[in-house]
Amino acid sequence: MSKATNPVESYLRMDRMPSIWCPGCGIGIVVNCFARALQQMGVDHDELAVVSGIGCTGRIAGYVDIDSFHTTHGRPIPFATGLKVARPDLKVIVMSGEGDLVSIGGNHLIHAARRNSDVKVICVNNFTYAMTGGQAGPTAPRHSIATTAPYGSFDKPFNLPFLADSTGAVYVARWTTYHVRQLTRSMAEAMSKPGFCFIEVISPCPTIFSRRNRLGDGLDAMRYYKNSSKVVNGANTRMVGLDLNGPIIVGKFIDRDRPTLLEAMDEEIGSKLGKRYVPYATTGVQR
Amino acid sequence: MEKRIGLEASIAVAEVVGLCDADVISAYPITPQTHIVEHLSEMVADGELQAAFVPVESEHSAMSVCCGTVAAGARTFTATSSQGLALMHEILFIVSALRLPVVMAVANRSLSGPISIWNDHSDVMAERDIGWVQIFAENAQEALDLTIWGFRLAEDQRVSLPVAVNFDGFILTHTIEPVLMPDRESVQAFLPAFEPLMRLDVDQPITMGPVGIPDIYTEAKKAHQEVLTQSYGPIVETLDAFAKSFGRQYLPVETYCADDAEVLLLTMGALGETAMTAVDQRREKGDKIGLVRLRLWRPFPFDDLIRAVGKVPVLGVMDRAISPGGPSPVASEVKATFYQQEQRPKVVEFTVGLGGRDTPLSDFDGMFDTLLAVHRGGEIPKPTIIGLRE
Ligand SMILES: Cc1ncc(C[n+]2csc(CCOP(=O)(O)OP(=O)(O)O)c2C)c(N)n1
Ligand code: SF4
Repeated sequence: MSKATNPVESYLRMDRMPSIWCPGCGIGIVVNCFARALQQMGVDHDELAVVSGIGCTGRIAGYVDIDSFHTTHGRPIPFATGLKVARPDLKVIVMSGEGDLVSIGGNHLIHAARRNSDVKVICVNNFTYAMTGGQAGPTAPRHSIATTAPYGSFDKPFNLPFLADSTGAVYVARWTTYHVRQLTRSMAEAMSKPGFCFIEVISPCPTIFSRRNRLGDGLDAMRYYKNSSKVVNGANTRMVGLDLNGPIIVGKFIDRDRPTLLEAMDEEIGSKLGKRYVPYATTGVQR
Repeated sequence: MEKRIGLEASIAVAEVVGLCDADVISAYPITPQTHIVEHLSEMVADGELQAAFVPVESEHSAMSVCCGTVAAGARTFTATSSQGLALMHEILFIVSALRLPVVMAVANRSLSGPISIWNDHSDVMAERDIGWVQIFAENAQEALDLTIWGFRLAEDQRVSLPVAVNFDGFILTHTIEPVLMPDRESVQAFLPAFEPLMRLDVDQPITMGPVGIPDIYTEAKKAHQEVLTQSYGPIVETLDAFAKSFGRQYLPVETYCADDAEVLLLTMGALGETAMTAVDQRREKGDKIGLVRLRLWRPFPFDDLIRAVGKVPVLGVMDRAISPGGPSPVASEVKATFYQQEQRPKVVEFTVGLGGRDTPLSDFDGMFDTLLAVHRGGEIPKPTIIGLRE
C-alpha cells in the first residue's frame, strides 16, 4: 500500500517534523501557502533560496527543503540582497517575523525597499517577539499586553504596508493566515515580479500573544480573521493601520514597476560608459 | 531587615536594581536575559520603581540610550546576552572611554554560529577589551550583591566606569535559589546618590565624544588604561564596604581548599560551585586538590592570582570559550600573569562547557586526575576540550 503524501511535502524537510511551532500557530500555514505557490508555479527547488532571521518564524529556513540560510537576528534582508546580487538567476525569498524584519532589521528593510533590491519579503506579523517570550515589538497594537507592557503597549505601532509602500516597495500585500488562497496567489505573484516585494501575513500566536491578550486559541483567531477582515485591493496604505482586535484591511495594495537595484545600476553606468560597460544584471557571477 | 527568600537569579537582580533606584532601564530582549528586563518593566508599570523603561529596537540602540541617559546624570541599567552583547560592541567602547557608569547584567550565553542559546562565556570573552570593569557571579546571591556593588563602584568618582556583572545564562538566570534580599534602607545607605564626574548640563556646556586627533589619542588611551587599572583599589575598598554593610565578603580572586593543595584548578562563574563539590569528594579520598575562583576579569587581578596560587606547582585553567587559532582567553591571561615570575606553576589548559555542554562531576574528576598526573611528574598535556564527543 502506498503512503498518501501531501503534494507540498517535496518542498519540506519531512524528517524534521513535527515542527517546533505550537498547535494553532500561523507560521505553518504560511509555509504551506509558500510550498503551494511554488508547486503552482512549477518552480524547481534549485531555482530559489530562502533566507530567514531569528525568531519562531525564522525557523522556516530549517524546514524548507530548499537552499536556505538562517541569518542572525535582523539581517536576512541584506543577506538576501547579497545572495541575489551574486546569483541574479535565483528567486530569493526572505521569510521572517516582524520583530526581526522591522525592529532590529528595520533599517535594512527600508533601504532594500528604497533601492528596489530584488528580494521577496514575507513578513509574519504576530504582533510580538514570540520566540523570546512575548515582549512588545514594532507592531504591538496600542493597549495590547506584553511582558514589557503589562498594562498595555503605549507606543505607536508601525503600519507595515504603509512603511513598505512609502519606502519604495513595488509590490505590497497583506493577508491573514485565514486567506490561504489569496496568500498563495500573492506569493506566486511576488515571486514572479522583479523588485522589492513585501507581503505582510497577520498570523496568530496562540501561546503568547493571543493568550496574554485573551484572544482565544488558533481557531478563535481564524474566526476573528474571517469576520473582521475586509478585502480592499488597491487600498491607500496610509489607511490600513491595525488596532487590537479591530478590523483588518487585507488585499493587494501596491503593484507598480520601477527598475531594480541591478537594473538601475546597469542603466546608469551603461548610459555613461556605453559599450565599455558589461551589464551586470543579465550576467551576474558568470560574467 | 534582610529577608531570606527563594528567587530566580534574574528576578533577584531586577529587584535590587529597583532597590538601587535606577532612573532608566533600556533593553532589547534576548534569551536568557529576558526575565531581568521583563521584571523591571513590571516594576516600573506597577509604580514600584519610578524609572523610565525604554524598550528599543536593538541592543545597539539600548546601549546608545544608556550612553545618553548616563551622560545626562541618570542612574542607568541594562542587561543583555550573547548576540545582543556582540551587537552592542561598538558602543561598549564609547561608554567606557567617556567614563559613563552604566551597570549591565550579562547573562552569559554562547555566540553564533552555529546558533546556540545555551551557556558559555564566549560572549563576554569577545568583549575583553571594551575597557569596562567586568566581574563574575557564581550564584544568585552573588549576582544580586554584585549588582548593588556595581552601582557603587561604577559611580565612585575615582572610577566612573561602566560595570558588567556576568552570570551564567540559564544555569543561574533561570534557577530559583534561596537568597538574602537586603532591605531598601541598607542598600540606600550603601549607595550614595549618583553624582556624575561629568554631565551634560545646559548651564555648563561640554562636548562628549569628540574626535581625538593623533596628538591626543594615545594620551586618551593611556588615561583609560590607567583609570581601569587603578580602579583595582576602589574595587577592593568597595567590596570591603559591601562586606561591612551586608556581611558578605567578596574578593577579586577567591580560593577553596587551596592552603595545602598540591594541584589547583581555576574556574570562573557558576561552575565554581560544582567544582567545590567535586573538590570535597576528592578531598574525602585524600587528594590534595584546591580551587582558584577568578571573580574579577577586568581589571585583571594579577597580584591576587599570584598570591592565590602561591607555591602550588600545578594549575589547571578552565576556559568556557575558545580563541580559534590562539590560546583560550583565561589561560592566556593566567600564563601572562606568571611568565615573569620566578615561582610559577605548570599550567594545564582545559576547555569546558561550550554552548551548554554539561560539565558533570565526573568531568572534574578527569581534570583532577590529569593535574595529579602532572604533579607526579607526568608531561603537561596539550590544551584539551573536556566532554568532547569523538
Ligand atoms: C542581536 C539579537 N538580539 C536579540 C535576540 C533575541 N531574539 C530572538 S528572536 C527575537 C524576536 C523575534 O520576534 P519576531 O521577529 O517577531 O519573530 P517571532 O518569534 O514572533 O516569529 C529576539 C528579540 C537575538 N537573537 N539576537
Ligand atoms: S510561540 Fe507563538 S509564534 Fe512561536 S511557535 Fe508558538 S504560537 Fe507560533
